[in-house]
Amino acid sequence: MGITLPILILAIPFTMFLVLGIGGVKMPRKVAGVIGILANASLLAICYTVAFRYFFSGDTQFIVDGVRQQLQVFDVTWLAFTERLVVKIGFLLDPICAMMLVVISTISFMVHLYSWGYMEHEPGFQRYYAFLALFTFSMLGLVVATNIFQMYIFWELVGVSSFLLIGFFYKLPSAVSASKKAFIVTRFADLGMLLGILVLTFYFPTFNFIDITHNTGNVLASTGGATFLGASVLTWALVLIFTGGMGKSAMMPLHIWLPDAMEGPTPVSALIHAATMVVAGVYLVARMFPLYLVEEASLQFITWVGAITAFYAAVVACCQIDIKRILAFSTISQIAFMMVSLGVARPDIHEGLGYMASMFHLFTHAMFKALLFLGAGALIHAVHSNNYTAMGGLRKYMPITHWTFLIGCLAIAGIWPFSGFFSKDEMLSAMFSYSPFWGYWMTMVAGLTAFYMFRMYFLVFWWEENPHYKEHKPHDAPWQMSVPLLILAAVSCVAGFIPFGHFVTWNGEPYDIHINGQVAATSLTVAIIAIAFAGWLYWKKNDKPSLMRQALPALWTAAHRRFYWDEIYLFVTRKIIFGGICKGIAWFDRHVIDATMDAFASMTQFLSVKIKGMQSGSVQTYVVWYFLGALVLAAITWICIL
Amino acid sequence: MDYSQFGAMLPELIILGLFLIVFLFDTFCGEGQKKMLTPFTTILFGLATVAIWLIPSSGEAIFGGMYVDDTACKAMKAILNIGVFIVFLQSAKWTESDEVAIRKGEFYELILVTLFGMYLMISARHFLLFIIGLESASLPLAALVAFNKKHYESHEAAVKYILTAVFSSAILMAGLSYIYALSGGSLYFGDIAEAIASGSRSGLLIVGLAFLIAGIGFKLSLVPFHLWTADVYQGAPTAITSYLSVVSKGAAAYAFFIIFVQVFGAVYSDLWEWMMYAVIILTITVGNLFAMRQKNMKRFMAFSSISQAGYIMLGVMAGNFGLASMMFYIFVYIVSNLGAFAVISAIENKTGKLSMDDYDGLHKTNPWLSFAMTLAMFSLAGIPPFAGFFSKILIFTSVTSTGSMALYMLVLIALINTIISLYYYLLVVKAIWIKPGDAKVEAFRSSTGERIAIWLCVAGIVFFGLVPYIYDYCYDAVKTAYGLLI
Repeated sequence: MGITLPILILAIPFTMFLVLGIGGVKMPRKVAGVIGILANASLLAICYTVAFRYFFSGDTQFIVDGVRQQLQVFDVTWLAFTERLVVKIGFLLDPICAMMLVVISTISFMVHLYSWGYMEHEPGFQRYYAFLALFTFSMLGLVVATNIFQMYIFWELVGVSSFLLIGFFYKLPSAVSASKKAFIVTRFADLGMLLGILVLTFYFPTFNFIDITHNTGNVLASTGGATFLGASVLTWALVLIFTGGMGKSAMMPLHIWLPDAMEGPTPVSALIHAATMVVAGVYLVARMFPLYLVEEASLQFITWVGAITAFYAAVVACCQIDIKRILAFSTISQIAFMMVSLGVARPDIHEGLGYMASMFHLFTHAMFKALLFLGAGALIHAVHSNNYTAMGGLRKYMPITHWTFLIGCLAIAGIWPFSGFFSKDEMLSAMFSYSPFWGYWMTMVAGLTAFYMFRMYFLVFWWEENPHYKEHKPHDAPWQMSVPLLILAAVSCVAGFIPFGHFVTWNGEPYDIHINGQVAATSLTVAIIAIAFAGWLYWKKNDKPSLMRQALPALWTAAHRRFYWDEIYLFVTRKIIFGGICKGIAWFDRHVIDATMDAFASMTQFLSVKIKGMQSGSVQTYVVWYFLGALVLAAITWICIL
Repeated sequence: MDYSQFGAMLPELIILGLFLIVFLFDTFCGEGQKKMLTPFTTILFGLATVAIWLIPSSGEAIFGGMYVDDTACKAMKAILNIGVFIVFLQSAKWTESDEVAIRKGEFYELILVTLFGMYLMISARHFLLFIIGLESASLPLAALVAFNKKHYESHEAAVKYILTAVFSSAILMAGLSYIYALSGGSLYFGDIAEAIASGSRSGLLIVGLAFLIAGIGFKLSLVPFHLWTADVYQGAPTAITSYLSVVSKGAAAYAFFIIFVQVFGAVYSDLWEWMMYAVIILTITVGNLFAMRQKNMKRFMAFSSISQAGYIMLGVMAGNFGLASMMFYIFVYIVSNLGAFAVISAIENKTGKLSMDDYDGLHKTNPWLSFAMTLAMFSLAGIPPFAGFFSKILIFTSVTSTGSMALYMLVLIALINTIISLYYYLLVVKAIWIKPGDAKVEAFRSSTGERIAIWLCVAGIVFFGLVPYIYDYCYDAVKTAYGLLI
C-alpha cells in the first residue's frame, strides 16, 4: 500500500482544523459547514478505500495464508534522543485499526452532517467545526499509531479536543466546569499511563507495538522477574497503562467525568463520548492484548473493573431523569461490557472469542449508541429540555425519531435480529466459557440495560403527552439531522450479520461466528422480560413508578445521585487534599521555593547592576577587557595545567 | 595549476557570480531600472539558495587540501543562505528609503562579499585561507555598519567595530604565529593536528589557543570579547544588525568547531575544553545579566544574541553530535532572531520607534506583528512546542551524551540561565499583550518583503521543531562528512 492515502487520512482533518480554525472567523457559517462536511466526505471515502483494500484485496502484504497481517505503512523517526529512546510517527494498518477507521470516519461524517442542522443557530459555528476536525485528526492518529508513544501523544490530543468541545458553550458555568472535570480526571489517569509506558520501556526499550506484541516472551524476560509490592513489574506496567484507558473509557472509579461531559453539544456526545474516544481504553487493551495475555493478573484486574463498572452504571442509569445522562451511563456500562469481554478472552477459549466479541461490540455499539445520541439530540432540539419529564407521547409528533430510536433501543437491548444481539451474544458466550459466574453477572447487566433503555423509550414516546405541546408543537428534525438517523438505524439493523470473525480476531486468523443457542436463549429471555417489565411500568401514565420509588426511597436517591461518587471526590479533593495536605505544600511553596526564587532574582538584579560599568562605551576599555580576557584565560589554564 | 579544481567550489562560484551580476546591473543599469535592483537581487538570491541547498557537495579537498566542500560545510552554507535571504526580504523596504535608495546596490554587494568570506571560513582547511575568509567577512561589515552615513550613531558604531576588529585580528594572528611555530612550519589543519598530538603541552600552545579563542570569539561576541556588540548593534542600520547577529555568528561558530575539534581535538580534554567551559558560562550569564536591563530593542537583542552564542558554543563541547545539534540550533536561531528583527525593523521603518516601552499594547493595533514577535520570543526562550525548545533540548542532549560530569554541570548552568532568559524575553511579551494603556504604535500595514520574511520565520518557528526535516538534514550531512556521531 502506498503512503498517499494513509497520509491523507491524517492530513485532511488536520488541514481542515487549520483552515476552519484560522480562516473560520471570516467565513460565512454555511461555507464553513459545507467545507467541513465535504472534507469529511472525502475522508470517509479514503478511510473506506483503505479498509476495503485491507480486508478484501487479498494482497500478500495484508493477508498471508488466511492470516491477516500487521503492516507498518510508514514509520518515520520524529525525535531520536538516544539509541534507545527514539520516538517515531507512523501508520500501522491491522484489523482493529482498519475497523476503527471505518467507525471513526462514519460517525464523524454523520455528526458533521447532523451538526449542520443541530448547531445552525449557535454562535461559534465555525469554531465548532474546527474542533470537530481537530478531534477527528487526533482520534485517527491514535488508532493508527505504530508505537505507544505516538498513541500517548494523540491520546492527549483527543483529551484536549474533548475538553474544547465539552466546554463549547463556554458561557455556561456548568459546561466550563464539566470540561475542566473531564480534562483533569482523564489527565490524572493519563499520568498512570505515562508511568506505565516508562516502566515498560525502561525494561524493554522500544515503543513499537509490533515489537512489543510479537516478542512478549522477551518483554517478560527483560524484566528479569523483578517485582514490586508483590506483583511483577510487568503487571504493574500493564495495569498502569490500563489506568489511562480507565480514565478515557470512564471505568470506575474514574467514571465521574463522563456524565458531566454531556454538557457539550449533543452531536459531540455522540461522536466523542459514545462512539469513538471513550472506546480508546478498549482499543488500547486490544492493541497490546498479546502482552496482557502474558500477565494473567492484569487481565483479571480488567475483568473486575469492567464487571463492577458495568453493574454500577446500569443501576444508576435506571434512576436518571436527564436522557443524555441515561445514555452516558449506558455508554459506561456497555464499554465496561467490552472490557470484561477482553478480560476473559484467552487463546484457548474458543480461539480468543472474547477479543473478537469485544471488538464486534465496539463496532455495533458505536453505530447504535451514536444513533441513540443523535436521536436524543433530535428530541432535545424539539422540546428544548434534556429531561424526560418534558417529553412523553412524542411518537405521534416525531415519527422518524421514534422509529430510529426504537431500533437503537432494540439493538442495545440485544433483540434479534438487531446488531447488538449478535455482538452481545458472542461476548456472553465468551464470558460463560471463561466462568459461569461472570456469565450470569453480565447477563444480569444485559437485562438491566434492556430495562433502563425501554424505561427511557416508553417515558419519552408513550407515557402521556406533555401539556406544553399545545403551545409549542414538537416536530421531526430537518433533513440534515434525519438522514444520519436513518443511515445509522439501517446499519444497526444489518450490522449483526457481518461475519465479523473473518475480519477481526486477536491473532488475525479467521473465526467462524456461531450463535450459542443456550446463551442466546437466556439473554433473549432476560431482555424480553426486562422490556415487558419496563412496558408494564411506563406504558401509560400511572402511579406504579412513584409507588416503587416510595417503597425504597434511600436506594432510589442513592442511585439517582450516582451513589455519591461526586460527593466523595469533592470530599477527598476539597477537605483532605486542598484543606489538609495542600496547606503544608502551599506553605513550603511560598516560604521556601518562592523565597529561593526571589533571592535568586534579586541576586541577578544586583549582579546586573554591578557589572554595568563594563559596558562603558569607550572603545579603549573594550580593547583592554578584550586583551586582559585573553591573557587571563591563558594564565589560568597555564597555572592549572602546567 | 589545475583550474578544473574551481569546479569543486560551486557554492562560492554561485555567490561570486551573483555578486558580479548584481554589481554590473547596479553599475550599468539606467535610472529607471534601478527600482528593479531589489526584487532582482532578492529573487536571484532565492534561486541561488535553492541551488546551493540542492546541489550535491563535491566532497573533494582541493588546492592541496586548503579547501574542502563536504556535506556538512554545504549544509551550513545552505542554512546561512536562508538567513541572508530573510535579511534581504526584510530590508527590501529599507533599501527603498530616500536616504539609502541611491546606494542600495552597495548594500547587496557588500553583503554578498561578506557571505563569500564566510563560505571560505567554513570550507577552509588552511589558516591562510581562513584568515582571508575572516577578513573579507569582517571589513565590508564595517562599511555596512556605517551605512546610514548621515547618522552619528552609525559612524560611531563603525569606528568601534573596525577598531576592535583590527585589534582582534592582530590577537588572532599573534596566536596563529605561536601555533605556526609549534607545528613546524605548516598552516594546514591536518599538519598542525599531527604536530600537536605528538608535541608537548607548552605555554606557547596555551597562549596560542587563548588568542585563537579570543580572535574567533570576537566574531561570535563571546564574553569577554563581546564589548563592541551592543554599541555596534544599536548604531548599525537594523538590517545590518540582524545580519550581524545571526549569519555572521553562524559562520564563525561552524569555523570555530572545525578548527578546535579537527585541529586541536587532540588537546581537547586538558586544554581548551576548560577555556571554553569558562567562556561559555561567562557568555551565557553575562549576556543574560545585561539583557535584563535593556530598554532599546536593538541593544536588547544584542545581549540576547550574546547569550544565545553561548548556547551555540555548547555544541563545540560534544563532538560530531554536537556539530549536528549546533547547526540545527543555528538554523532555529536564525529564524527566531530574524523573526524578531523583522518585526523590529518593520516598526522602526514605519514609526522610528525602538524602545521597549513603545511596544506597550502593540496587540491592539498590530495583532499579526505581535503574534510573530511573541512566537519569536517564545522560540528564543525555548518554550515548547516551538523550534527553540527542540534546538535547546538537542544541544543539551548532545552535551550530556558525552557522559562527563563536568559537562552535566555546564548544562545545568545553561538551564538555570534559560530561566533568567525567560524573564527578559517575556518582558517583551508582557509589554505587547499585558501592559495596560493605549498602543503607542499606530496600526499599519507592513511591506510585502517584511510580511514574507515574517511568515517564513513564523513557519520555521512553528514547524521545524515538530517536523524533524532540518535536523535530519544536519544530522545526515554531518554523518556523511565526519562519520559516526557519538
